[in-house]
Amino acid sequence: METLIDKLLSGPVIAVNLGLKLFGASLEQQGVEVVQVDWAPPAGGDREMMDLLDELL
Amino acid sequence: MASGFVIRKNQYYDSVFLMSVNRRISEVQGVQQTAVLMGSPANKQLLLDIGIQDSQIEAAQPNDLIVAAIAVSPAIVENVLGRLDEWLEAIQENTASLSVGTFEEGLSQKPDANLAVISVPGEYAAREAKKALEAGLNVFLFSDNVSIEDELELKQFAAKQGLLVMGPDCGTSLIGGAGIGFANVVRRGPIGAIGAAGTGLQEFTSQVHNAGSGISHAIGTGSHDLSEQIGGLTTLAAMDALETDQGTRVITIISKPPAAGTLASLLERIKACKKSVVGCFLGVDPELLTGKPNFQPARTIDDAVRISVACIDGQSAMPAGGLTPADLGALQKEKQAWSSGQRYLRGILAGGTFCYQSQQILREAGFSINSNSPFDRSCQLSDPDLSIEHTIVDMGDDYYTVGKPHPMIDGTLRKRRILKESRDPQVAVLYLDFILGYNASMDPAGELLDAILEARQNSRQRGGSLTVVASVCGTEADPQDLNLQIKMLQEAGAFVFRSNALASAACCELLR
Repeated sequence: METLIDKLLSGPVIAVNLGLKLFGASLEQQGVEVVQVDWAPPAGGDREMMDLLDELL
Repeated sequence: MASGFVIRKNQYYDSVFLMSVNRRISEVQGVQQTAVLMGSPANKQLLLDIGIQDSQIEAAQPNDLIVAAIAVSPAIVENVLGRLDEWLEAIQENTASLSVGTFEEGLSQKPDANLAVISVPGEYAAREAKKALEAGLNVFLFSDNVSIEDELELKQFAAKQGLLVMGPDCGTSLIGGAGIGFANVVRRGPIGAIGAAGTGLQEFTSQVHNAGSGISHAIGTGSHDLSEQIGGLTTLAAMDALETDQGTRVITIISKPPAAGTLASLLERIKACKKSVVGCFLGVDPELLTGKPNFQPARTIDDAVRISVACIDGQSAMPAGGLTPADLGALQKEKQAWSSGQRYLRGILAGGTFCYQSQQILREAGFSINSNSPFDRSCQLSDPDLSIEHTIVDMGDDYYTVGKPHPMIDGTLRKRRILKESRDPQVAVLYLDFILGYNASMDPAGELLDAILEARQNSRQRGGSLTVVASVCGTEADPQDLNLQIKMLQEAGAFVFRSNALASAACCELLR
């Protein structure tokens, strides 16, 4: 049975990039479809608030 | 001495951006020390360590930008901090054309996405990786400082879903020709690679390309995958996938030493694999690896390349290339210029695997090498900033890079260390590695050139001669100009080799 890994390898790569923008830019430079997530710590980085959000969602 | 700081609430930037700003500010005349960082607890501690303390800093949150400066006068501090917007705007970021604010929004833009590339700070990384896996995406997890418990949970979950977690602490992968993270531009071909060693995988894939063959996929696993706790979950998943992949004919594994139990189960899996498997497990006793079914052991990454390429051609591997008679002659001649007190090697490396492989090669040649990341625990440097006798340091280690750019991105850390080593009259050989490819410095040789020339000058002024050995990892297709990089190093008087193993062999010859 074809797994999601097999599908990734048979391509093409379509990426969501969270974090360093240069990684997303270099993928795009190679012709890879990519969406950049301008990531920032959720809930202002408040760990308790993040856990609460995770429970709610 | 004067100091000051500015806090910008809810203004988040990634670490590479912050380091670029930091570098620009630190170049201002009269500035002694700068910090450009987000208000995480670890960063606030860094500020405390350099004597910047204030209740406003204590109250800052991980989303708040903090810029601090220490300078020779209050006017300079005021000037630097007053120009903050100018510094921030001066860094032109290359970014993908489509950008959104959250992972969920990203997925709604690309509902058929099959890979999440995650490089957020380690404390948040597992959370984002779990979200991606739950949404059915494979994960490339560059972030480090993810706990082993979180790594295990992510990988077990991925295994159930038929997904791949490359990382955490994964620096490079090539999926269907697309280089992710720090990757070289290599031709596609029949060799599939799996690597728990980032720069090791870059060295292998580059050399396969340079040998005229190519890579189907190169799957990074992260540095802890072959530990006892993780049990090689990503390595095993990668092997299943490469065994199925029609474009892969040989599978090659590059790694630092696996845990004994993990190695045993990996060898069992290799035995059952329908494709030939080559393995370079640096630091593992070759005796443990000989005579295993369907497995060809390689002592070095260079050997792994030769054996893998020969497997494709259906031939036995060519004998090891090694140093040419011309190399040997030039190295012998070079030694004649040393003064009587010069005797030690100092390797100042950017690649962790290169630090490890060099130690292995020099150790096999009978040399004892001290390191911050030692092959043998008895050779651990008690102070990573202080070399003792023969020393090779991995300057990409966290000790050096917390809050500072990795030497693969920026040469500042290595420049300082090169000059420091050159002031030691007993140093005879300086070994440096240069790593090309996507996301690495666009001019790694150029960044260190002044330091190399000054170091050689320092040695000459004492009546000696500092021998510089360099290895360049990369291909002619990389974004940097490979040939220009080599030429610049040669013109600075360095002996340049195209692999870490060859450069290490040259160091052995020089020290004999």
